[in-house]
Amino acid sequence: MTFLNKRSVLKWTAISMVAAALVACGKKEEAAPAASAAKVEPLKVAFAYVGPVGDGGWTFAHDNARKAIEKEFGDKIVTSFVENVAESADAERNFRDLAGQGNKLIFGTTFGYMDPMLKVAADNKDIKFEHATGYKTAENMRTYDSRTYEGAYMAGVIAGKMTKTNTLGVVASKPIPEVVRNINSFTLGAQSVNAKVKTKVVWVNDWFNPPKETEAATTLINQGADVLMQNTDSPAVLKTAEKLGKRAFGWDSDMTAYGPKAHLGSAVINWAPYYIKAVGETLDGKWTSGKSWWGVKEGAIDMVSVAADVPEDVKKKIDEIKAGLKDGSFVIWKGPIVGSDGKEVLAKDAVADDKFLGEIMFYVKGVEGKVPN
Amino acid sequence: MLKFEARPQASLFWRYASPLLALLITVVLGIGLFVLLGKDPVRGLQMFFWEPLKSAYALGELTVKATPLLLIALGLAVCFRSNVWNIGAEGQFVMGAVAAGGVALLADKDTGRWMVLAILLAGVLGGMFWAGITAWLKDKFHANEILVSLMLVYVADMVLSYLVYGPWKDPAGYNFPQTKTFEAVTQIPRLMTGSRVSVGILLALLCVAAVWVFLFRTRLGFAQQVGGLAPAASRYAGFSSRQSLWLALMVSGGFAGLAGALEVAGPIGQLNPYVPAGYGFAAIIVAYVGRLHPVGMVFSAVLLSMFFIGGELAQSRMGLPKSITGVFQGLLLFSLLACDTLVANQLRWQGRRA
Amino acid sequence: MESYALLLAATLNAGTVLAIAALGLLINERAGVVNLGAEGMMLCAALAGFATVVYTGSDLLGFLAGMGAGALLACLFGVLVIYLGTNQYATGLALSLFGVGFSAFAGIGYVQEKLPPRMAYEIPGLADIPLLGVAIFKQHPLVYGVMAFALAFVLFLDKTRSGLVLRSVGESPESAHALGFQVRKIRFLAVVAGGALCGLAGAYISVVYTPLWVEGMVAGKGWIALALTTFATWRPARILLGAYLFGGVTMLQFHLQGMGVQVASQWLSALPYVATIVVLVLISRNPTWIKLNMPASLGKPFHPSS
Repeated sequence: MTFLNKRSVLKWTAISMVAAALVACGKKEEAAPAASAAKVEPLKVAFAYVGPVGDGGWTFAHDNARKAIEKEFGDKIVTSFVENVAESADAERNFRDLAGQGNKLIFGTTFGYMDPMLKVAADNKDIKFEHATGYKTAENMRTYDSRTYEGAYMAGVIAGKMTKTNTLGVVASKPIPEVVRNINSFTLGAQSVNAKVKTKVVWVNDWFNPPKETEAATTLINQGADVLMQNTDSPAVLKTAEKLGKRAFGWDSDMTAYGPKAHLGSAVINWAPYYIKAVGETLDGKWTSGKSWWGVKEGAIDMVSVAADVPEDVKKKIDEIKAGLKDGSFVIWKGPIVGSDGKEVLAKDAVADDKFLGEIMFYVKGVEGKVPN
Repeated sequence: MLKFEARPQASLFWRYASPLLALLITVVLGIGLFVLLGKDPVRGLQMFFWEPLKSAYALGELTVKATPLLLIALGLAVCFRSNVWNIGAEGQFVMGAVAAGGVALLADKDTGRWMVLAILLAGVLGGMFWAGITAWLKDKFHANEILVSLMLVYVADMVLSYLVYGPWKDPAGYNFPQTKTFEAVTQIPRLMTGSRVSVGILLALLCVAAVWVFLFRTRLGFAQQVGGLAPAASRYAGFSSRQSLWLALMVSGGFAGLAGALEVAGPIGQLNPYVPAGYGFAAIIVAYVGRLHPVGMVFSAVLLSMFFIGGELAQSRMGLPKSITGVFQGLLLFSLLACDTLVANQLRWQGRRA
Repeated sequence: MESYALLLAATLNAGTVLAIAALGLLINERAGVVNLGAEGMMLCAALAGFATVVYTGSDLLGFLAGMGAGALLACLFGVLVIYLGTNQYATGLALSLFGVGFSAFAGIGYVQEKLPPRMAYEIPGLADIPLLGVAIFKQHPLVYGVMAFALAFVLFLDKTRSGLVLRSVGESPESAHALGFQVRKIRFLAVVAGGALCGLAGAYISVVYTPLWVEGMVAGKGWIALALTTFATWRPARILLGAYLFGGVTMLQFHLQGMGVQVASQWLSALPYVATIVVLVLISRNPTWIKLNMPASLGKPFHPSS
């Protein structure tokens, strides 16, 4: 029994001494900034990222947009970010801390933050929350997403023309509607210029895992695919294609530099237009809840850095598609569309609405295999 | 020259001082790291040692983090003391969560409060089952428990993934990989409003007492540890090493599974692919830093939780990378191992032989 | 058929990483020391190798840097375990945890870096043989290097005096000590050599296999390499076999997916780990067999009683 007391006393004495010293220093520091707050406080905007800023893909795209709003709004805002916030129970603590730090507009850039953000939003009604790729909203929390399938479709058009084996490959992350929709759109795009293509899919069950992405890409190439697309977050697939002399697309961000010979184009997401709108609305007091799903029309999706050796007529077609998406004259998901089991999923001339698009968990004809689960 | 030699008997002073010295070394190295990164070391230390303690909310979060760590570490201590190296507590945590989640999904709005007990029991059984696989393979086939339990961690992750992407996916969830949110009736009761602290902490403290009694006051506990320290002697004394093995793994599996159930029916509230949070591995450090002693582990669980939360805060407030937490934890463990040698050995200055 | 030849090629590549690391671990295990820090050493070495190639453009320097990083960490481990007598398992775990955290921490600036274009290797002449050429003769030199090393290691252990000394230190350090061998020094050298090889494996991952840096990229291969030494019953040739087997199962799961096989991808992903357990069980079934092959002093500290 004695050693229990001695041990606890010693340990807690040490910790309290350190803590006491820090409190003294801490108090001093907090006193200083308060003095300077005479003018209008800039709006504090915070971002929570699921991956590292340097991933060259998903998070990199978000961070570029963050830099864009800094440029756009200058002194009126102050931004900060937290990276590598896991999509786990810990996320809630991170958001609470961001809320407690005086941020009035908080962006959560991945699906897994949905429930934590909802809880923190309920306790912080004066803060606006923006959640990417989710579906739950609240009075002070709204969702936003990008129509990545438009980029996938355009990639498909290029792929359909550039493939010599008529076999395309997709390195897919996790079997959720967004990813399945991209696989399908890629295939539909390719089929629009080349009726003979088929698509093979390999799932890595991860968003960001370069070694697995490399292995998956190698397997697809070994099985005959000569043009690859990905729905994962790193440049590993493009690098593998470069190494093995095949072609591939960049995803989320411009990945030309990672595979100059293999690169056919990058389907990029530009979050800046949406972020500028969100910050503007918050500054003007006009922020309202809702759901936004932006694509080429709003400037959120683009196909960039198309390779020089892609034929002119294909490049022209891509431009036509972009123009068509912008003015609404072109629709990707318009019937007739047939599933991989042969049954029609969209009747002739029927246009898929957002609800249909949001629930896609089937493969279209031409994609090999079945959607996992 | 300096020579390292065994003491005639273990030093009582160093037994208490060693963890403190290790902590001090870690702090000093930490300050060095902050300075190297161009960050204010005092503010850095504040993130780790003051912020996680400074308000009731912060203490609540500390408790939420420390509870699973403590529970799993308790089980691991029993294991390590018996010389059974269960590295797969993470997998047992996940399977406990899966079992608990499965039971929780059976509830509807009108189920009685007894559901919580069923969920916790399911968690314990789930963890025990998973640990039991390791125990059986070692018992029957002499398969090394370190490797088997570790491989089973990856398998457990896949089982969870399969269930939330497939049979247990929420039909109203837009095809996202998660189960439906568990009914309110299944929620582990909170201790107070405004905080996420649940009765889990009380459960954990009860387990601390139980393990203490088991290890130091029961014949069975004594047999368990002798089996670990001196297997031949233990066999001679009639203690069964097979019983030791099973008991160690069942206990640690059960505790890990309980921790999983508390997490899933508590802060998380559903099953999703992010349930595995690395607690099973962090608990190994907790167990070691706590000297495999129930009361010591309470403190080390708090300390390690401070490192975790401090790391998050250092990231969000000071722009330090989150991996600094792992660096600190590793440093702490290294320093502790090094300082512990001072318990049984001493440095002496020995003149050169003529 | 072509795709199977390519699968074999991918298997050899994937297995090489495991083989290099496992052979390194074998060196210190034959001397009686088990180093659970493989994962941490490999990650730090992967970073060191990658960073070096970024700055110097030389793969060779990158490999050397990786080996250096692994050796350095192994030194730290060796001092604690051999000279201070700390528990081998706990210290190894600490090394792993530290290595994972430290590499993530130090590697932050390198996440967006790119390496100069990787060379494609092939053996002239042999590479043109249909099927076999593609399967076996278009590999990075280290793939052949590890095979040669395994063979050399077998000869070293069985036919040389130093090999005998190493083995005796592992079997019975007390006897070796009585015979006048400096047991601790030999163990320390074995640990450092083992660390250097783990480092080489780590550098191979970040410089050749997946030429990128991202934290945690070793993804459990260090732990699998540890498993390999056991289920190869501490024989170098069997380690090669086990490494290729494991590498093969990993690539196979993607191959099956690509072929449209209708098994849930999670079960396929779990396949390598389940395979490890199964083989481990099969090998360990006969305790006498294990006892005959396992270095008798594995995991136990040694104190010269002077």
